[in-house]
Amino acid sequence: MARTALSGRLGDRPRWRTGEVVDRHAESATATTLVLHVPEWPGHLAGQHIDVRLTAEDGYRAHRSYSVASAPDGERVELTVQRVPGGEVSPYLVDELLTGDFVEIRGPVGGWFVWRPEQGEPVLLVAGGSGLAPLMSMIRTRDAAGSRVPFRLLYSVRDPEARLYATELRKGSPGLDTAYVYTRTAPENWPRPPGRLTAEDLVRNGWPPDFAPACYVCGPTGFVERAAAALVLLGHPPERIRTERFGPSGG
Amino acid sequence: MPIVSRGFHGRRPTDDRKLPPGQFETFDFPVLSAGPTPRVAQEDWELDVTTEDGARHSWDWAAFTALPMETPTVDLHCVTRWSKFGTEWQGVSLDVLLGDVETAAEFALVHAYGGYTTNLPLEDLLDGQAWIVHRYDGEDLAPEHGGPARLLVPHLYLWKSAKWVRRIELRLDDEPGFWESAGYHDYGDPWREQRYQGD
Repeated sequence: MARTALSGRLGDRPRWRTGEVVDRHAESATATTLVLHVPEWPGHLAGQHIDVRLTAEDGYRAHRSYSVASAPDGERVELTVQRVPGGEVSPYLVDELLTGDFVEIRGPVGGWFVWRPEQGEPVLLVAGGSGLAPLMSMIRTRDAAGSRVPFRLLYSVRDPEARLYATELRKGSPGLDTAYVYTRTAPENWPRPPGRLTAEDLVRNGWPPDFAPACYVCGPTGFVERAAAALVLLGHPPERIRTERFGPSGG
Repeated sequence: MPIVSRGFHGRRPTDDRKLPPGQFETFDFPVLSAGPTPRVAQEDWELDVTTEDGARHSWDWAAFTALPMETPTVDLHCVTRWSKFGTEWQGVSLDVLLGDVETAAEFALVHAYGGYTTNLPLEDLLDGQAWIVHRYDGEDLAPEHGGPARLLVPHLYLWKSAKWVRRIELRLDDEPGFWESAGYHDYGDPWREQRYQGD
């Protein structure tokens, strides 16, 4: 990881803003997308996240971080929240926060796990479960920019019902190849037996190291460890592999 | 004027342990790194301390593990908002490693295998506040948690506790490290919630 000069915007002190939920829709059996309208939103880069703050009536507060799933689009910010059973925050966001409600957010945050349309090299996105959210922002940002940079997405997910953004990915876009790895249950007649992501999946659906792709890997810790280690073994230099590991979120 | 999240009750910590502002308690041990986990064998591991005059103090694994050990039990606070109480480590105090080093430096830039860097005032590494640890919870430190050995500076956010520590560069001037160049706070005190530049 060489030191990278990053744009100055991150250095501006992020402040808490109030977003209004203007739309919400189920994204899978257990995930919901919240569409927020955030007045004076400064914009974000694909891959960045925001902090969400909830305040109870007695003043108790809980904070969590969520990746922005949408491309930069004025004052509109989309988050996809995976419901963690028994969690402190995600069940509230998924079940209780309705259209017309307000939620406090701060951001955008992060300047390392980002993709900018001016990057010309091919891109490999490796997603595990809800780790797809920031990578989806990259895909959408590429589309919005009319970019022709070749993208490959390898999406590891438990079963077909758990896929996020399934319709949008089915439609696809020119120059984006999407491949699925099912870890528990695959669709009928699926050529690959269910199981965890392997180096072979990355060879079959990634880019050769000679193409010098930028690799972005996001998902639960164990998934990211395995995928990033496999990419290194396949010859991708570590400094070209950017990772974002989901900690526990305690939901 | 903060808004109240109608219908949100939340969960408070169940005992009297204090969480820094904006943190929540976790019971597992998450891994957060910016890239793949470097794999460094103990026999290939080396720790250097360098000074502003170009002096170099080095320890290989055998020399390091022959030093007097301490077993700190500390709370960890990660800027990604999780805190973990009562973690048990074994390692060497920086007071031991830096005891014979002659320097006028006020800052340290810590370098890790894999290229990660982080900066902190030298005084935060001294007086029983920091260790180079190689064991966690009675076991050798796993690579994903920074093994063979990592820096442990528990009174600052965890990104200052560089995993896979390779070199401590003592400097007269402050040079921002990896996350500090990317918008994170130069000092990173969890109790003052110094997460990002300007906090």
